[in-house]
Amino acid sequence: MQDAIKDKVAIVGMGCTRFGEHWQKSSEDLVIDAAYEAFEDAGIGPDRVEAAWLSTVYGLSAWTLANPLKLSNIPITRVENQCTSGMDALRNAVFAVACGMYDVVLVLGVEKLKDTGLAGLPQSEMFPNFHMIGSGFSAPGGFAFPAARYFAKYGADKTHLAKIAVKNHHNGTLSPKAHFQREVTLEQVLNAPIISWPLGLFDCCPTTDGASAAIITRRELAKEFRDDYILIGGISLSVDAGFTPLRPKFDYLHWPATEAAAKSVYRQVGISDPFHEIDLAEVHDCFTITELLNYEDLGLCPRGQAKDYIDSGTFALDGELPVCPSGGLKSFGHPVGATGLRMIYECYLQLRGQAGPRQVKGAEVALAHNIGGPPQISSVCIVHNRY
Amino acid sequence: MIGIAYYGAYVPIYRLSRSDIAAAWKTAPQAGEKAIANFDEDSITMAVAACQDSLVNGNREGIDSLYMASTTLPYVDKQAAAFLAEVLDVPRSAQTIDFGNSIRAGTTALINALASVKSGMSHRVLVTAADGRLGKPKSDFEQLMGYGAAAFEIADSDVIAEVVATATHHNEFLDTWRQVNDPFIKSGEDRFIVNEGYSRNVKQAVTDTLNSLGLSVADIYKLVLYTPDSRSHTGIARQLGFDLKTQLQDTLTDKVGNTGSASVPLMLVGALEDAKPGQLILVVSYGDGYDTLVLKTNENINEFKPRRGLKGHLESKMQLRSYMDYLAFHNIVPIEPMRRSPPISSLPARWRARRSLLSLYGCKCRNCSTIQFPIQRVCHVCRAKDDFDEVPLSDQKGKIFTFTKDNMAPSGDLPTVMTVLELDNGCRFFCQMTDRDPDTVELGMEVELTFRKFYDYAGYTNYYWKCRPVR
Repeated sequence: MQDAIKDKVAIVGMGCTRFGEHWQKSSEDLVIDAAYEAFEDAGIGPDRVEAAWLSTVYGLSAWTLANPLKLSNIPITRVENQCTSGMDALRNAVFAVACGMYDVVLVLGVEKLKDTGLAGLPQSEMFPNFHMIGSGFSAPGGFAFPAARYFAKYGADKTHLAKIAVKNHHNGTLSPKAHFQREVTLEQVLNAPIISWPLGLFDCCPTTDGASAAIITRRELAKEFRDDYILIGGISLSVDAGFTPLRPKFDYLHWPATEAAAKSVYRQVGISDPFHEIDLAEVHDCFTITELLNYEDLGLCPRGQAKDYIDSGTFALDGELPVCPSGGLKSFGHPVGATGLRMIYECYLQLRGQAGPRQVKGAEVALAHNIGGPPQISSVCIVHNRY
Repeated sequence: MIGIAYYGAYVPIYRLSRSDIAAAWKTAPQAGEKAIANFDEDSITMAVAACQDSLVNGNREGIDSLYMASTTLPYVDKQAAAFLAEVLDVPRSAQTIDFGNSIRAGTTALINALASVKSGMSHRVLVTAADGRLGKPKSDFEQLMGYGAAAFEIADSDVIAEVVATATHHNEFLDTWRQVNDPFIKSGEDRFIVNEGYSRNVKQAVTDTLNSLGLSVADIYKLVLYTPDSRSHTGIARQLGFDLKTQLQDTLTDKVGNTGSASVPLMLVGALEDAKPGQLILVVSYGDGYDTLVLKTNENINEFKPRRGLKGHLESKMQLRSYMDYLAFHNIVPIEPMRRSPPISSLPARWRARRSLLSLYGCKCRNCSTIQFPIQRVCHVCRAKDDFDEVPLSDQKGKIFTFTKDNMAPSGDLPTVMTVLELDNGCRFFCQMTDRDPDTVELGMEVELTFRKFYDYAGYTNYYWKCRPVR
């Protein structure tokens, strides 16, 4: 039943806080701001919510959502699947709505990273049974591993990565809720301090606070809420086994989880030529090298040719297939549990013509792609306005 | 025949010129350089390295005792030798003993190993000595002290040097000491401790030993004589009639520094490396009295070569960037910590995983032959369940498959070079790289594995393996 959920669920309201360093807001404030924006957008009050799914990596249980919103006596599930949590929360909520169990469901992602006092993400228990093995592993370090191999195999270099940063910083200047809203030059990116070689400061997404929320319903009910809803064509999740640095024979030239997730969602929706059938993509650009690999893993360009597509500006806002028009994790920020739904939020704006100066003209089909782990988890969602 | 069957040495890769220390304090420099342990080394890790250096054939099967000597062990109420036995994968029935509290502990361990073998209680005793003592900043001791380790197997067969005689002598004398929580060496007035303590004792040691065996100075190929400084031993050897040029073993003071309980053992390794069959070596160590050993080499000495030995370790070196690094590496000055989550540890988890994390075993699938790490229950490749053979990895070399130089990973020496390795047996391995120049790290670089200190958690130290460029 690859098409069991195809076009059965609509998004009828969304909210998203400004992403950034919210010194004056608690995680509860962020939850309330995102949820009430979504309620208002959908034209409902919290009493209409029949069930909720919460995405948070560093929060705790369903009460992270229930307490601030005072949602009592409804089912709420907390989803944690590393940085893929947001899209996975949506995926589970979609199943519940598609099967007819609930009519109105709230999906919300939140993360308050700037209260930790740390540079970067808090330590995850990567290896609860083998603590020492993960010692020294950091997010930028884990994502930097493919760079040396990819560079050696396909002849790309730091300049190609830098061009991705320049593009996403530019898109961020057009994105009022983005964490960063300033242009950077190629020279700035290339000369920035090294975070985890070869990734420099501008190759890495920031540590961000934020929340995003969606109200979903059955397609048949969508018109009760708004005329310009969007439909979920398909959504997939792939988790592959084995920490990549220890996986036998792993080549570090691609992420199998993303390839599998893309394949699954394309089958659900019936996409055979993603480059031409998709109008925009919000991909998981936690690091510039990740975005480069995503192009190939998602089938947006042939293996080994990402550098040519980067050089020719194919994925720029005015290119053939805009990628990360929002500014991506790079500029919009990455409050980990909130990111998946934030990507959907950008697609929601784009497909309804509400994206302002970064509007992709005539966008009908959008792809959102969320990954987690080093990376080992990947989710891809196709949303559209063809109805 | 009872004696030394094999030996090994370890000297950390970093050297610091004494003139750099003197320049920082505007004091007079002592000659040469000293060996500095990296920030991730201590006496346990150095002892593991010396033992690995000696265990050329990797054979641990017959080792029935393991003795560890040091005055700088991380615990006062927890045995180091038992930990070492786990890391080195010595048979569980081996007797483990720590010898400490005296810079004579290295030779005391050797003499007791001989006694154990002689009594028939043991047949193969692995003896290691490792030390790195700190002198107070700006003191002569700061310039003098270095880091190093040596290892020997005392056995009742296949020896390369027979032990002809041993003697020991106690003498209550405060010359250098540390109280329980002292980080730095204390000492008495130098003329008193050298003349009345050191000189009187070691002279008697040499004279009594030669007399008791009916030997003359000329019979001795090398005198391995402890020295408390750069030169006191030369005066004594000259007075006793030894030829300083040919008979006096290099004390390593200007290359490694004084390595406490490992000083004399390291010098003995130096003597054995150059010895030919049929030569007599007189070993005299000092501290709270003295120990002496007389060894006679045989034909087997021509056959044995440690992996790197003392010479190899002396040749393989890197200059420490600055005196400040030495102060930071060994917590002599407090350093601003990085803003990172504190690392995690769990006593039960660490104990359960000891076979993978300490002894460094991976596993090989009996069905598809894939070697994987850590030890798995379900095969990564073919999903065969509970069908593996254990594979030792600590002696493996390998090549860098990919790497990053990470400034985010908390470390005592940034950048943290994180590597994904392909070991020579095909196993993928993921670890930090140490003893490296970050500018020279590249894909395909050849590496070997080395046991290192990681971090303290809840008052205990966590250790694990790293890689380093092949020394």
